[in-house]
Amino acid sequence: MHNSNKKLQQEIIRISGVNPKKCMRCGKCTATCPAFDEMEYHPHQFVAMVEDGDIEPLLKSESLYRCLTCFACVDRCPRNVEPAKLVEAVRLTVIRQKDANHLKADDIPAMLDEDIPQQALVSAFRKYAK
Amino acid sequence: MQRIGVFVCWCGSNIAGTVDVQAVSDALKNEPGVVFSANYQYMCSQAGQNLIKEAIAEHRLTGIVVCSCSPRMHEATFRKTAAAAGINPYMVEIANIREQCSWVHKDMLTGTEKAIILGKAAVAKVNLNTPLTPGESPVTKRALVIGGGIAGIQTALDIADAGFPVDIVETKPTIGGKMAQLDKTFPTLDCAACILTPKMVDVAQNENIRIFSYSEVTAVKGFVGNFDVTIKKKARYVNEDVCTGCGACVEKCPMKKVPNEFNLNMDNRTAIYIPFAQAVPKVATIDPMHCNMLKNGKCGVCSKVCAAGAIDYKQQDQYIEEKYGAIVVATGFNPISMDKFDEYAYNQSKDVITSLEFERLTNAAGPTAGKLLRPSDHKHPHTIVFVQCVGSRCSACAEKGKEYCSKICCMYTAKHAMLTRDKYPDTEVYVFYIDVRTPGKNFDEFYRRAVEEYGVHYIKGMVGKVSPEGDKLKVQASDLLNNKQLHIDADLVVLAAAIEPDKSARPLATMLTASMDTNDFFTEAHPKLRPVESPTAGVFLSGACQGPKDIPETVSQASAAASKVISLLVKDKLTGNPCVASSDELMCNGCSSCERVCPYGAITYVDKEFRMPNRTIAIRRVAQVNPAVCQGCGACTVACPSGAMDLKGFANNQIVAEVDAICK
Repeated sequence: MHNSNKKLQQEIIRISGVNPKKCMRCGKCTATCPAFDEMEYHPHQFVAMVEDGDIEPLLKSESLYRCLTCFACVDRCPRNVEPAKLVEAVRLTVIRQKDANHLKADDIPAMLDEDIPQQALVSAFRKYAK
Repeated sequence: MQRIGVFVCWCGSNIAGTVDVQAVSDALKNEPGVVFSANYQYMCSQAGQNLIKEAIAEHRLTGIVVCSCSPRMHEATFRKTAAAAGINPYMVEIANIREQCSWVHKDMLTGTEKAIILGKAAVAKVNLNTPLTPGESPVTKRALVIGGGIAGIQTALDIADAGFPVDIVETKPTIGGKMAQLDKTFPTLDCAACILTPKMVDVAQNENIRIFSYSEVTAVKGFVGNFDVTIKKKARYVNEDVCTGCGACVEKCPMKKVPNEFNLNMDNRTAIYIPFAQAVPKVATIDPMHCNMLKNGKCGVCSKVCAAGAIDYKQQDQYIEEKYGAIVVATGFNPISMDKFDEYAYNQSKDVITSLEFERLTNAAGPTAGKLLRPSDHKHPHTIVFVQCVGSRCSACAEKGKEYCSKICCMYTAKHAMLTRDKYPDTEVYVFYIDVRTPGKNFDEFYRRAVEEYGVHYIKGMVGKVSPEGDKLKVQASDLLNNKQLHIDADLVVLAAAIEPDKSARPLATMLTASMDTNDFFTEAHPKLRPVESPTAGVFLSGACQGPKDIPETVSQASAAASKVISLLVKDKLTGNPCVASSDELMCNGCSSCERVCPYGAITYVDKEFRMPNRTIAIRRVAQVNPAVCQGCGACTVACPSGAMDLKGFANNQIVAEVDAICK
């Protein structure tokens, strides 16, 4: 495995908290995926490719943005692998690689809407802030 | 003072390679009590044993220390040698200088130093050893088999065949278990009933076998060879000895809408019922939950039509006390509940069924008389989807399912798929699998036949969801090898549900003090070498209560358990282990600490008279150990606050002497 890939792989595993080795290749995630037809790489392939360190194609794939984050795969997986979290982690890696701080704390008051849940703000920082 | 002989074994180069055996035997020669010390290439060989025997005679030895391999390996050998030479076998101590010394050290100096220390500890212990004689206990020559499925039936038949009386306790009104519900059996496709029911009849006719049906074990006391068991015979409101099984009552019973559990509630039975035509014993049972007479005193039809006068609405639960020498657990399995598997719509559609339900749907004695019909509309299904591993092989931290492979599903699913295609060639049959696991004689050939000869579509992948739409079941699944998602409009979906031990197993294990794993399967005494014995002496395991098993494996294990029972029951007396706890009554303060920690129930308290100064008598409560029940675990010796409890052969002073010798 290429060194930079190894680093990316470790990063994705760290961000997601997913252990792709737990996967037993049953394919229930892909069977359950409502966005299957839209996706170039399917949930089970995400898991297998991260396990293999085959990260580059995932970073470039449109699939990242086709995943609905419905968590059906997470719910159904018999081995608790949580593929959607892996997709999310790859997405984050792409955003972070773009090397810009998309969200500053100072911007928040202007955008604040009392209907926004606190959790959404935290989540936005996780995704878009360096 | 003891006269101790020390014998250091080279074990070829196993010990001598890293331990200077000559230095060890020389060093131990000077230990207190040692009058003879030697080393030899293979102490366990005939020549080595003769060396020990001759030394015992020549030097009038009273105890020996063998520095060799682990006592698990050859302690019994050297004890026999000692006994043959006329000294008590419990005057032998083994210093393990192989597994715990030569094998773990690379350096000769450290290895030798440690071997000498281990030898010194053993010598120190032998100096305090006393001759021990094992006790004996009688054996009740009767066996109890708990569970009347194929496992219990086979075990009982084999034990009875050897001439010993056996009682089968079965919770259901009939014996037969799960096998009685099956249609065909893989891989030969014999009809299950055709091979099982003759065995059930054999059981009924065997003079050595008594069947307690509709009964359960409620209490177990005692120990190997001498169990006292209480059996609760539940009231069936029918006099078993009088009922002829004619079925007139069943025909006339007006309560005809009771869910029939034998057909997995897919049809109805009457309140008074005989589970199936070949039931053994063929005796009717009244279901008190549904009988009008028992519920509100209005009916009594069965009593009127019974020519034999067997109906007895006043019957009570009966408790039977019986003694047994051995107990066999054969409590079997059940498919897990599908309630948590919403994605397969089991609770939403009648046409999503489990494999056991499928067995009943294809069984000639089942609710559809053997015709495969959809439970919802009784139409013939054309597209049938089988889903494997439903609830099996789940992560330990998953909210649902079992971590283990249920083992039998791959084969019965292949059987179902094959038979469906054979009987109904107009069907399309899909099997979704994660792996096809078919080790076993003629098993893989069987599965390949389903694919190659019968055209069953085996697809590597899992079903993600099943949604009922109109009269179809929309199945969404993955085909991993083609990297596709499949959408199948199915008429019937069959779930290969994981199997789990029967719910009665856990409370039974507590009664028997038999150990279980986290899945509630009974644990065997050794996973490879003692697979049909529980670690609790006198308790044996038969069938799926020990782990998922198919019929051939269950029957082999059942016979193996029977042979273990027979070899126990042929003995007139059992020789115990003399290394048991004993209480010094003068020191015992009657606190009950030992009784509370004893896992075997070996300790009881008695009030005993003691002579006191000036010819007075005091009555004190003191602990007594039943040496036949005590397994020598030593828990009580640790719990005892007054130091009254001690373990023979491993007495506190012996252990302290060993520690002193090591630390010196």
